[in-house]
Amino acid sequence: MSAVVENELKEDNHHGPAAGIGRWLFTTNHKDIGSMYLWFSFAMFLVGGCMALTIRAELFQPGLQMMEPGFFNQMTTMHGLIMVFGAVMPAFVGLANWLIPMMIGAPDMALPRMNNWSFWILPFAFTMLLSTLFMEGGAPNFGWTFYAPLSTTYAPPSVTFFIFGVHMMGVSSIMGAINVIATILNMRAPGMSYMKMPLFVWTWLITAFLLIAVMPVLAGVVTMMLMDIHFGTSFFNAAGGGDPVLFQHVFWFFGHPEVYIMILPAFGVVSQIIPTFSRKKLFGYHSMVWATSSIALLSFLVWAHHMFTVGIPLMGELFFMYATMLIAVPTGVKVFNWVATMFKGSITFETPMLFSIAFVILFSIGGFSGLMLAIAPSDFQYHDTYFVVAHFHYVLVPGAIFGIFAAVYYWLPKWCGNMYSETLGKAHFWLSFVGMNLAFFPMHFLGLAGMPRRIPDYALQFADFNWISSIGAFMFGFTQLLFLYIVIHTIRSGKKATAAVWESAEGLEWTIPSPAPYHTFTTPPEVK
Amino acid sequence: MTTPESYYVPAQSKWPIIATIGLALTMFGAASIMNNSTAGSDTDGSWLIFLTGATVMAYMLFGWFGNVVQESRSGMYSHQMDRSFRWGMGWFIFSEVMFFAAFFGALFYARVFSVPWLAGEGDKGASAMLWPGFEAVWPLLQNPDTELFPSPSGTIDPWHLPFINTLLLVSSSVTITIAHKALKNNNRTQLKLWLAATILLGAVFLFFQIEEYVEAYTTLDLTLRSGIYGSTFFMLTGFHGVHVTLGALMLTIMFVRIMKGDFDKDNHFGFEAASWYWHFVDVVWLGLFIFVYVI
Repeated sequence: MSAVVENELKEDNHHGPAAGIGRWLFTTNHKDIGSMYLWFSFAMFLVGGCMALTIRAELFQPGLQMMEPGFFNQMTTMHGLIMVFGAVMPAFVGLANWLIPMMIGAPDMALPRMNNWSFWILPFAFTMLLSTLFMEGGAPNFGWTFYAPLSTTYAPPSVTFFIFGVHMMGVSSIMGAINVIATILNMRAPGMSYMKMPLFVWTWLITAFLLIAVMPVLAGVVTMMLMDIHFGTSFFNAAGGGDPVLFQHVFWFFGHPEVYIMILPAFGVVSQIIPTFSRKKLFGYHSMVWATSSIALLSFLVWAHHMFTVGIPLMGELFFMYATMLIAVPTGVKVFNWVATMFKGSITFETPMLFSIAFVILFSIGGFSGLMLAIAPSDFQYHDTYFVVAHFHYVLVPGAIFGIFAAVYYWLPKWCGNMYSETLGKAHFWLSFVGMNLAFFPMHFLGLAGMPRRIPDYALQFADFNWISSIGAFMFGFTQLLFLYIVIHTIRSGKKATAAVWESAEGLEWTIPSPAPYHTFTTPPEVK
Repeated sequence: MTTPESYYVPAQSKWPIIATIGLALTMFGAASIMNNSTAGSDTDGSWLIFLTGATVMAYMLFGWFGNVVQESRSGMYSHQMDRSFRWGMGWFIFSEVMFFAAFFGALFYARVFSVPWLAGEGDKGASAMLWPGFEAVWPLLQNPDTELFPSPSGTIDPWHLPFINTLLLVSSSVTITIAHKALKNNNRTQLKLWLAATILLGAVFLFFQIEEYVEAYTTLDLTLRSGIYGSTFFMLTGFHGVHVTLGALMLTIMFVRIMKGDFDKDNHFGFEAASWYWHFVDVVWLGLFIFVYVI
């Protein structure tokens, strides 16, 4: 390498962040991009949360109080889309950006410019999606699963913008995932073999694989919709030999792995946090890796368990039922390992640990209701009721979202150099915990009693549980403003954190100062 | 890994945000064009947005790749960087494979399940009550509802144009491999010759493909609107055609770079990436030839 290039490299490596807005628009720094992802995801979390509260306000009591049923449908649709694609997924990509290079001892992500592009597509995509609320005919109103023909023959014109918005999110996710996978495969510090990688890195490696495998299928299914709507094809129209059920097959081939995309990184987070506060090594590291891989592979073989009642052949029902129940095995292994890690540990209950323990317990509840839904004959009773809503909110809220909260509390001192207030953090945890359970636990009973999902009005006998649920939802929702306050307060004026931050945390990220310098590991560390 | 090389982390770059703006304009423009023309209103403004976006995208591609080429030439890239590019391109092609998988899936589903069910066969045969008298044959020459979806009068004969196209694409995969060998042996004349031959084969393929589409629309009444057969036929071959066009464009750019003296026998990942892509469109075509045309 020539001397000139050498000098240029040195300058590059030592410059700090640029000044002004240009820093954020043009950045190639994984920490900047990680922060942008996290802030964007929080903004979307609030927007999607407002929609959830709109829904819960309408459902506070029977009757139509506040809105037209059509608008209610737009709210359920947009709430789901924004939470899935705008809040949970970008939050995990943000964590990946911040943490993976620091955990594997890499100077940055493998493809830093593409990394910037992956992020900046998102604000544009979601502006387009949110703008449909103001279009003629209103926003998409066919549910976040956008089943044909509701989303084709009977869709509002804004569906076209929804389709292109999904394309943009897909482009962003695929590029983000390619970046993560290339980083992990290629940028590990010398000595960091695959089986020495922190579990967060492992779970993200597998998540990235899932993303690259299924986001193009989502692109395919929305393209078929687009062609059916504007160019007269008949993919989802039986009059031309197609089939609306084909939509569901293609959608759920994407949709089921997507569910794991939203939970596997949280598994990784919890697997980092529980050992730290139990002051023990993670129990069963190897089995964790294999369990995660098995879950990912099985996720490709279970999609039709979302479609038991749509009319699929008996053999299909049986196959998808047994394959689905098989997933309980690796998931059980993971839960067992987390509990075994805590067993006889000297546990302390800092905020990240509280969120992680709640994760293990509440995610398991969501897992068990998932098993109930997996049994095809009983699913005929539960399908499209509030039981399903309870189930997936139990895996997503105390699963994915608590995982994200835990990660933020755990690594925030490393990111900004300041310690959060433990009192406020615990208040945030308990309010979220109580609010979330109040909001979603009664939904199990509502569903079992037969209340259908996605309706703005309901029969009188459902009234009590619904108002409890609405109160819980508002409690959970407003608690998140406290979270916002805690994060800003920590960044601005928390007390200084040490480099190690936690007493017995392990991993390369704890060997660098807090806050983490703008550039870390420009020369890779030696891992023993 | 003994002595770690330093990994090139680029400084700030304007290209990603330009790419975002280009992409957003293109997407927004395309959506407006479709909505306006379906609603029967004026599309001029939407076309303007779309074309502006496309121009920005083109400008970005030249600028961004131009930067990468410059950096590569000035020796800023290590072997590790090279591996990042390889993983990146490899996984990108995998994502493309999955995109085609969705459409192949739709084709298989229609042929194996939904069309026979509509005719009363098997587990879900009750759907035959929708259109009594509908018969399941493939290619589907009689749609369930011929008013909504007029049936095609015939299908493309696989042993005419499609077979020639198969020969063309398969031989183009061979020629690109010969070109790659020539590059590795530092034989520039051979390289240019075989690469030009590859591009030419691709262009002839595309020409025949267009001719086939004209024949389908004008003499066979086989259109996008002619039911599930037309839908799967045109979407699969159409997206494949788009990918061949892209691949040919990449190869053309590689050709221009080679004419300018770029690449040497050890350092030519741009060329390799384009040739990977070319092999990928070739393999997809084999799937198409078998499952769309022949069987």
